[in-house]
Amino acid sequence: MAEASEAAPNLPNVLLLKPLAFPHVEAECSRNFLLLKAYDSPQPIHLFLSTHATSVSALLCSAGTPVTTETLRLLPCLRLIVTTSVGLDELDLSECRRRGIAVSNPGAIFADDVADLAVGLLIDVVRKISAADRYVRRGLWRVEGDHPLGNRLGDMKVGIVGLGNIGFKVAKRLEGLGCRILYNSRKKKSFVSYPYHSNICDLASRSDVLVICCALTDQTRRMINDRVLSLLGKDGVIVNVGRGAIVDEEELVRFLLEGEIAGAGLDVFENEPYVPKELFELDNIVLSPHRAVFTPEALQDLEELVVGNLKAFFSSQPLLSQVVFE
Amino acid sequence: MESIGVLMACPMNAYLEDELCKRFNLLRFWNFPDTTEFLKRNANSIRAVVGNAAAGADAKLIESLPDLEIVASFSVGLDKIDLAKCKEKGIRVTNTPDVLTDDVADLAIGLMLATLRRIPASDRYVRGGTWKKGDFKLTTRFSGKTVGIIGMGRIGTAIAKRAEAFDCPISYYSRSKKPGIKYTYYPSVVELASNCHILVVACTLTEETRHIVDRKVIDALGPNGFLINIGRGPHVDEPELVSALVEGRLAGAGLDVFENEPHVPEELFKLDNVVLLPHVGSGTVETRRVMADLVLGNLEAHFLGKPLLTPVV
Repeated sequence: MAEASEAAPNLPNVLLLKPLAFPHVEAECSRNFLLLKAYDSPQPIHLFLSTHATSVSALLCSAGTPVTTETLRLLPCLRLIVTTSVGLDELDLSECRRRGIAVSNPGAIFADDVADLAVGLLIDVVRKISAADRYVRRGLWRVEGDHPLGNRLGDMKVGIVGLGNIGFKVAKRLEGLGCRILYNSRKKKSFVSYPYHSNICDLASRSDVLVICCALTDQTRRMINDRVLSLLGKDGVIVNVGRGAIVDEEELVRFLLEGEIAGAGLDVFENEPYVPKELFELDNIVLSPHRAVFTPEALQDLEELVVGNLKAFFSSQPLLSQVVFE
Repeated sequence: MESIGVLMACPMNAYLEDELCKRFNLLRFWNFPDTTEFLKRNANSIRAVVGNAAAGADAKLIESLPDLEIVASFSVGLDKIDLAKCKEKGIRVTNTPDVLTDDVADLAIGLMLATLRRIPASDRYVRGGTWKKGDFKLTTRFSGKTVGIIGMGRIGTAIAKRAEAFDCPISYYSRSKKPGIKYTYYPSVVELASNCHILVVACTLTEETRHIVDRKVIDALGPNGFLINIGRGPHVDEPELVSALVEGRLAGAGLDVFENEPHVPEELFKLDNVVLLPHVGSGTVETRRVMADLVLGNLEAHFLGKPLLTPVV
């Protein structure tokens, strides 16, 4: 903070409740704004917020930072929240809407990388890539011969759960591999000809694979439950690049352990970084530590977008990416 | 046809083995450690050899089987068969083209994603139980990267089509430029490697293409470049590749094939930027079944005097 005030004492204030998940974004922001770091202060949070209440019009946060009704009530001058998370499930959106607080998230800049990872996880599970790589590294190819066969991807019916930016890109990539696409979304999308299913159970019963690309909301929490998993069936595969809480994780683990579904590729979990240890013994799952967005290109784009949004806000320009409340 | 001797070069597929056993007099080459003795006793009854990517029919074997009429390969690659010798002796040769194109192309894309996005390494990290919140390593974006393909045959074309769905610009090297293809052509592998981010080997293995990826090509691909091999191990100078990877002169590699399978250079085992697969390009239940049926179909056609289904020679 001392650095920033030496450089330019009149930088606009931006509140940071916790460190950002992306240190380089935080560093770039501190070069352009005066970051009020609640996490660095010896004051308890309520006192810190009250102290700075009148000077805070913008708040910067990441996934893992809940912004509750209570927090918002302590910030009467807040007009903008910039989050580095595409997921908005930790923000009190109805309070933001009520107060006219604008919310800016990364929009579609992560969509390519998340879609790539979803497809990568699916091919890995179906063709047993990580399992076979493990097999080679353990010296088993020499000793035990050929690795067990995988399955053909083409002609698989892939049910996309949530056809937003990410879901649409997943669909396009999988079509290139010969998969047949169906989807479930809040509303039918007029710009695609994939068969729409308004009901997640219908989608599951007609799919060989479910790829979860939707947001976590009250409607989607635990949407993938034991009924959906049963309808997906013994040969079914689940890929989750959305949020862990969209899936009933305990049920998913049980289905996997009992062989009631064929496999899973997971980038997200209910209680990260905790992953149910029973999964570690299974060969038919692929586990990724919530890093679908971690490529240098995506992070560079994110840095530019976050700084750009804050600059636009403070110069009364239109935001570069604003969440539209429905 | 139960009296016709069919020699199976190595274990390759249980269904194929069972069916051959039912229809012919199947001799499993790997059950006879003393091959000279085996050939002395059985050579005159063997009229067909069934081979695959690992073992086929070289000149020595062909010479020792005077009644050999057909070599049916459980693969599309023919590098383990002495084609010239077969032609010379009027021995028919068949393989399994087309049926495995999609699977091999799918695996190539899977390997690219697994290598660039370090999927197996991430999986190892999570299973190690040390995932801490906020811990992350950057991996390389796949979408939009230039993919350079060596060989624009059936498999190369299928890989290109899939990579296009990820907005990857495609370029290729081939013995000659292919008319009617919109991808960028380079007349040499070194030029291709200098101008792409991900180099994919997808051509046939012949005398000319052995070590087509050598030190020069590896240098041209460079420290930000990735190599993906779904062709044959001998396409790449393996010791050069290993030292480039260990020394950080290449960004990474996804390898389904090796010069001396099933041996994989152990220096690669500690690297997170490589993905090592035990030759699984066509390794799906569905496709191996279709390949087996094609081998059986070719053998039956031959012994019934009908036209072969997928003849090469």
